[in-house]
Amino acid sequence: MIRRLQSWEGGLLVIFLATLALNASFAPEFLTVQNQINLFQLSIEKIIVALVMTLIIVNAEIDLSVASVMGLSAVVFAYLLNLGWGGGSAALVCLGVGLLAGLINATLVARVGIPSLVVTLAMMIGYRGFARVLVKDQSLGNFPTWVTDLGQKGLIGPLPLSLLLFFALLVLLGVLLHRTGFGRQVVVIGTNAEVARFSGIGVRRVKAILFVLSAVIAALAGLLYAARLGSVRGDSALGFELDIITMVLLGGVSIFGGKGSMLGVFLSILIILNLRNGMALMNITGHVQTGVIGLLLIGSVLVPNIVNDLRGRRARV
Amino acid sequence: MRRLLGAASPQSLRLMALFLALLGTILFFSTQIDGYLSARMFNRISTSAAVILPVAVGQAIVIMTRNIDLSVGSILGVVAYVTGQTLAALPELHPVLVVALAMGIGAVAGAINGVLVAWGRVPSIIVTLGTLALFRSFLVEYSDATTITTASLPAWLVDLPQKSLVSVGPLDIRVTVVLALAACLVVGVGLSRLRAARRFLAVGSNPDAARMAGINAPAVVFLAFVLSGALAGLSGFIFLAKFGNITVVAGLGFELKSIAAVVVGGVSIMGGSGTMLGVLMGTVLVDTIDNSLTRWELVSEFWRDALLGMLIMAAVTLDTLAARSLARLRGKAGGST
Repeated sequence: MIRRLQSWEGGLLVIFLATLALNASFAPEFLTVQNQINLFQLSIEKIIVALVMTLIIVNAEIDLSVASVMGLSAVVFAYLLNLGWGGGSAALVCLGVGLLAGLINATLVARVGIPSLVVTLAMMIGYRGFARVLVKDQSLGNFPTWVTDLGQKGLIGPLPLSLLLFFALLVLLGVLLHRTGFGRQVVVIGTNAEVARFSGIGVRRVKAILFVLSAVIAALAGLLYAARLGSVRGDSALGFELDIITMVLLGGVSIFGGKGSMLGVFLSILIILNLRNGMALMNITGHVQTGVIGLLLIGSVLVPNIVNDLRGRRARV
Repeated sequence: MRRLLGAASPQSLRLMALFLALLGTILFFSTQIDGYLSARMFNRISTSAAVILPVAVGQAIVIMTRNIDLSVGSILGVVAYVTGQTLAALPELHPVLVVALAMGIGAVAGAINGVLVAWGRVPSIIVTLGTLALFRSFLVEYSDATTITTASLPAWLVDLPQKSLVSVGPLDIRVTVVLALAACLVVGVGLSRLRAARRFLAVGSNPDAARMAGINAPAVVFLAFVLSGALAGLSGFIFLAKFGNITVVAGLGFELKSIAAVVVGGVSIMGGSGTMLGVLMGTVLVDTIDNSLTRWELVSEFWRDALLGMLIMAAVTLDTLAARSLARLRGKAGGST
């Protein structure tokens, strides 16, 4: 039990409970179901993408293009709706756009062998550029009511579609990472790609699948974003990638790959959402909130390092 | 031709390819845009590249040590703001001191990154992702969302971007361009001539080997971040001079622009290799494409980012494939002798 609490997830749980208690003491209405749902809704697209980013980073890769794919998908959706397309077929095209973007990333990373940091950095500029080409400097709205209803209102009771999708993906990707052979391969490749290759694991195939999955889920998140906000612009979802990566890393996923759990990322998501909400209740501006989360991110790696050093020194003496 | 390819080093081949790409780009746009090969266009591109070049040089040093600095855009913003504010309060300050102040503030910010990465052993991507947010939120709080305006700045600074140091025929070389080029030159010469500076590459190419060779790897990494901060500070100064009006979003996105320039310039993202001449050409190439696309009448300006992203990707893909086939060619040549 004590060892459990000393683990990364244990630490996150303590921090989470602390923020929860703090928030609840500041504002009694904080713990209502509706407020908790609102809390999730405000960043729902980011946290959905953070789930698949977890797999990518455990695999020792990174996908910086997710926010641009989200923006592009949202823009294509709005563009097609304004051309008079039906919502369903427009959504399918958007997922197709995500698939295409994923295949491009996957080919360049897994086949050509360019570092994913470089590939997705360039494609981040590229995909965002295509979104800008489509909408220019306008904003597109006028969605049918059923689309915005789906994005904003509860589907089952008070739970909106996006939240249901988040929990479904949390379970699915959690099982995929921790309970399947594919998940083991993701971890082994993340630990040492060379060893994985010599053990007969299809390193390229695994990486390709992950990048396609990442872009398709990002496209889905883009659709949810468009439906929730009811209008999109060329800069929709701009800069989301940094928030998403912060969520994953704070969850204890190693940036060098091979280590990390879906539970940790889920707890880190809860902490970030509650912390931001709590700070907003205390009238702290968004920029400072981001600064606090930045501090938390650095501290989350620095503090364990220092503790280890001290322990090591004591052991030597 | 084959023998030629085999004889030249991959690095010089890469520089030649970059140079040809730059030449091709300029020739192409000169057929597309009226009055492209003019002194005005030269000024436009050179002064705009001058803002990004110092950041890119600093970023290159950090990337050579197998790290990354995502906080340079925020450092640039903080430096531009604080320097502008200081100048508004003390307009008599000597220009050299102003540049020193800007680089000093940047160096302090870089030192924070450096300590955390080198001795805190926190991965650079995590540290600088955090300080990217931290430095920016410091700026927002510190500035109280007020703006530095051109009116509050001394005349010499406002006139600086239009001031030329030398003129080569009809081409004017602006002071800011000389500043940026000087930074690139000093670092470039240092990296190729100074033994101490070679350590950046040694640490990046193999940290363990570097340590065994007696190099104090953490100190080298720390210094790389300090230099990156100081050079971002220099860019902050040039940014302040060029734009005059500084808001809290100054320098937003410069981290990605600088990485793009460095990567196109042939610096390996895995560390251990790269040249400043490459960084210079990479910066100029990206900036030339960027500036030219906005004036190209055939495509709307909204195509700029899409084309830029694709071009960077194409450049990197070609570079990777070429390097691989060159290595294969070498391997065969080596086997036959």
